[in-house]
Amino acid sequence: MKAGIVVFPGSNCDRDVHHILNDVIGINAQYVWHTEKMIDDYDALILPGGFSYGDRLRAGVIAAKSPIVDAIMKKADEGLPILGICNGFQILVEAGLLPGALIRNDKLKFSCKWLEMEVLNVKTPFTNLFRLNDEIKIPIAHGEGRYVIDDDKLNELHQNNQIVFKYKDQNPNGSTEMIAAVCNRRGNVMGLMPHPERASESILSPDKTNSNAGLIFLSLKNFLTPYIKK
Amino acid sequence: MLTKKEEIHLLKKLGRKPNPLEIDMIDAEWSEHCSYKSSKKFVRSLPSRGKRVIVGPGYDAGVLDIGDEDVITVHIESHNHPSAVEPYGGAATGVGGVIRDIISMGTRPIALLDALRFSSLFEESKASKSKWLFKNVVNGIADYGNCIGIPTVGGDIEFDNSFKDYCLVDVAAIGLGKRNQIISNHAEYDDLVILAGNPTGKDGIRGASFASKLLDDEEDRSAVQIPDPFLEKLLIEATIEASDSKCINAMKDLGGGGLSCCLSELSDLVDRGIEVELSAVHTKIPDLSPNEIMISESQERMVYIISKEKLSKFDDIFNKYGITYSIIGKVNGNDNLKILHRGKPIANISCNLMVNAPPADRKSKKPKYLKSPNKKSLHHKVDNYSKTLLRVLSNPTVGNKNWIFQQYDHEVGLRTVIKPGANGSVIRVNDNKFVSIKLDGNSKHCYLDPYHGTLGCLSEACRNVISTGAEPIGIIDHLQFGSPENPQIYWTFMKSIDAIIDFCKFMRIPVVGGKVSFYNETMNSPIKPSPVIGTIGLIRDRRHITSNVANLGDTLFIIGQTKDELGGSEYFHATSRPEYGKVPKVDLEIDKKNGLAVLALIHKGLINFAHDCSKGGIGIALAELAISSNLGIDIDLERIPSNCKRHDHLLYSESHSRFIIGTNQADKVKRILKSRKCVFSEIGKVDGTKTLNLRDSGEQIIELTVSDLDKAYNTMSKIMDGA
Repeated sequence: MKAGIVVFPGSNCDRDVHHILNDVIGINAQYVWHTEKMIDDYDALILPGGFSYGDRLRAGVIAAKSPIVDAIMKKADEGLPILGICNGFQILVEAGLLPGALIRNDKLKFSCKWLEMEVLNVKTPFTNLFRLNDEIKIPIAHGEGRYVIDDDKLNELHQNNQIVFKYKDQNPNGSTEMIAAVCNRRGNVMGLMPHPERASESILSPDKTNSNAGLIFLSLKNFLTPYIKK
Repeated sequence: MLTKKEEIHLLKKLGRKPNPLEIDMIDAEWSEHCSYKSSKKFVRSLPSRGKRVIVGPGYDAGVLDIGDEDVITVHIESHNHPSAVEPYGGAATGVGGVIRDIISMGTRPIALLDALRFSSLFEESKASKSKWLFKNVVNGIADYGNCIGIPTVGGDIEFDNSFKDYCLVDVAAIGLGKRNQIISNHAEYDDLVILAGNPTGKDGIRGASFASKLLDDEEDRSAVQIPDPFLEKLLIEATIEASDSKCINAMKDLGGGGLSCCLSELSDLVDRGIEVELSAVHTKIPDLSPNEIMISESQERMVYIISKEKLSKFDDIFNKYGITYSIIGKVNGNDNLKILHRGKPIANISCNLMVNAPPADRKSKKPKYLKSPNKKSLHHKVDNYSKTLLRVLSNPTVGNKNWIFQQYDHEVGLRTVIKPGANGSVIRVNDNKFVSIKLDGNSKHCYLDPYHGTLGCLSEACRNVISTGAEPIGIIDHLQFGSPENPQIYWTFMKSIDAIIDFCKFMRIPVVGGKVSFYNETMNSPIKPSPVIGTIGLIRDRRHITSNVANLGDTLFIIGQTKDELGGSEYFHATSRPEYGKVPKVDLEIDKKNGLAVLALIHKGLINFAHDCSKGGIGIALAELAISSNLGIDIDLERIPSNCKRHDHLLYSESHSRFIIGTNQADKVKRILKSRKCVFSEIGKVDGTKTLNLRDSGEQIIELTVSDLDKAYNTMSKIMDGA
């Protein structure tokens, strides 16, 4: 089982995801530089957070034109699990792999804080170990994380069960229906704004208790385990 | 501009008349900002040796050994003048500069902190710039630090009207590496000199000289540099990769004084001459003059010295990251910095001469305001202690700073164990080794008593680190004053230096880095003396990490004596009392004893939390405890060891060397504190009432709910967001 962490110039959570997957979760993860075109070696891809190309023009828009993105699109079609976190989510949206758009937070300020989100779809490769409506303590850290989508497409999201996580209690950025994460129709491509890699070790949580955010990566491991055996 | 005396010195040493380019180069390097000509001889007397010190204070970052071949690098810098005229760009480039000092040592930056000073946010008039400066400085730090992916984990902020139309922006950075990764800075004859990063442009021309005079108007924006955090991020990654591939013999970032200062200091570091061809430098616009190229302060640039054989590897790495570089020259045999332009020599100066500015003899004289103490009565009638507490709590200097910290990504890197806003911030090195760090300053105390004020900053920064369970292992200092040419200001600077020497010698904690910044004045007035102290602590067992949050049922103790010391206190400030009175004095013996006692209690696993008692005194410390724990606190004020005759003085005295701790093993705690001969007392309990209850033998003095306290505590975000 091998996961690829796609690194763009300006990615800055790549090393964090690498540590969590390899040292905490137990998934062999390797860096993949954005100029790679062959990515057949990987059973899953993760686009980590950061500021690819310094967020110039618009977060994620330049990275979405990277050489590797064509290969990522192909893998998405083939059903490979692909997870975009924060800037990775922005890139997946800009590449057209996920619906909607991510715009500046409603308060026009970067916001880094811990909050709670709720699980709405447990049938993705990233949520299969959760129960419906589980609550997760997790931090956000973004300036352009306000998820917006038009009404027709929002209806489609609902119909196809594509809203995977929602913020609970407070809307940190003005997102439509407090959406924190969405997936594609097939469920194999997911983008989420909060950072599960920052909530996968108890020592990093504010109250030093275990957050269940690590289940996102453990779900992926769980998903990949039978897949490999086949 | 060079002084008459400096011109004569230069002429004598050079043996000829310098040409205009050479004068520009010397002017930048001999500016106060780069040369420390007013402070060098005193700064050199700071205790900087210790068993953990691998590299002490110098050009770039200090290096501390934290065991198992791990080292941390630490550095602090300010960007005050630029931030006062262009707060966003000034603050952002301040972050960039200190980060490059960390990578210059061969280490990866893992955390940032900043200490900020502004005038009051309660603006007297519409013309006041305080909110504008504050908002944009925070935004500049956030945009830069967040983009490069280095967490801003803490800091310190103070509002005081001596910073009217001005601000202080100090940034400290910590790097982590292995001992054998530290760049040794050597060079061989014929090694290549490479300038990489941002093309050189007209931005920041004469920035160093600009920072070495008083700020007189705002027409100096062109002296402020333009930030590009994306390029900085690429430079960090490329430099670390090149350094890990053993490509780099020596390196240095470009800061104040641009290429001119960088090359002369680098040449001094490697003890070799350097010869460069300016037409090889990649520039933003064509036809920059040689003078402009030499002293431009365009940001995100580094100079590397590499062996010729390493060029192809270096080229691979820098191409991978898309970073432009130019080979601008080579190392030569003598000691000179030789500048050519299109083959023609245009400057040739000994580096030794450049980096050793003639010291400036400054006169010092005790300030007049300290000789004629204000005799106005300090007595003040308090009708309602609860209302007074809310008033002190609503001062942004003591209140909640989340408005700032939430704009910083303080989590990236997976190292932030104790988040900003508590005591010290705790950073993970590995799962059994942690570094704790805090910056502290107190301009109000330092104004009234620069010696004891500075001692107090040192004591406070150490207490904050100790409260997290860490043993202090190093100090960094940033000494910020008005013009050194004013003897009364220079006197306060020397008192501050004396305090650092006395404290660090007594505590045996080395000074591992520091900066001096003079000329912090506007046309209005000089700033108050504003040393900022950073303490770095080490935690060698994860069980020792201690929070500032109380548990239900905790028994509360105070350690240390509360004295009637309210001069320069936040309480006097909040109640508009004159700037007068006795500043808290630090008794070094007691300070050390109390600190060691708290560490011993933590190491024995006896306490649940520790909280430093400083700005705002016991009153604020207890209010913060109730808020952060979301629990009730019930205290009998009579039990607090004190010589204060008034409740308000007892509550708001800022006496040092005090801690409030909570435990569920009160008897053991008492036994240990008694055996260590500490002044201490059991003062109350943590309960479920969600109310702060302060009594004096049955008489209710203060009764406030956590939600009332919290409302006052959040004044900063109310002022800034209007929410």
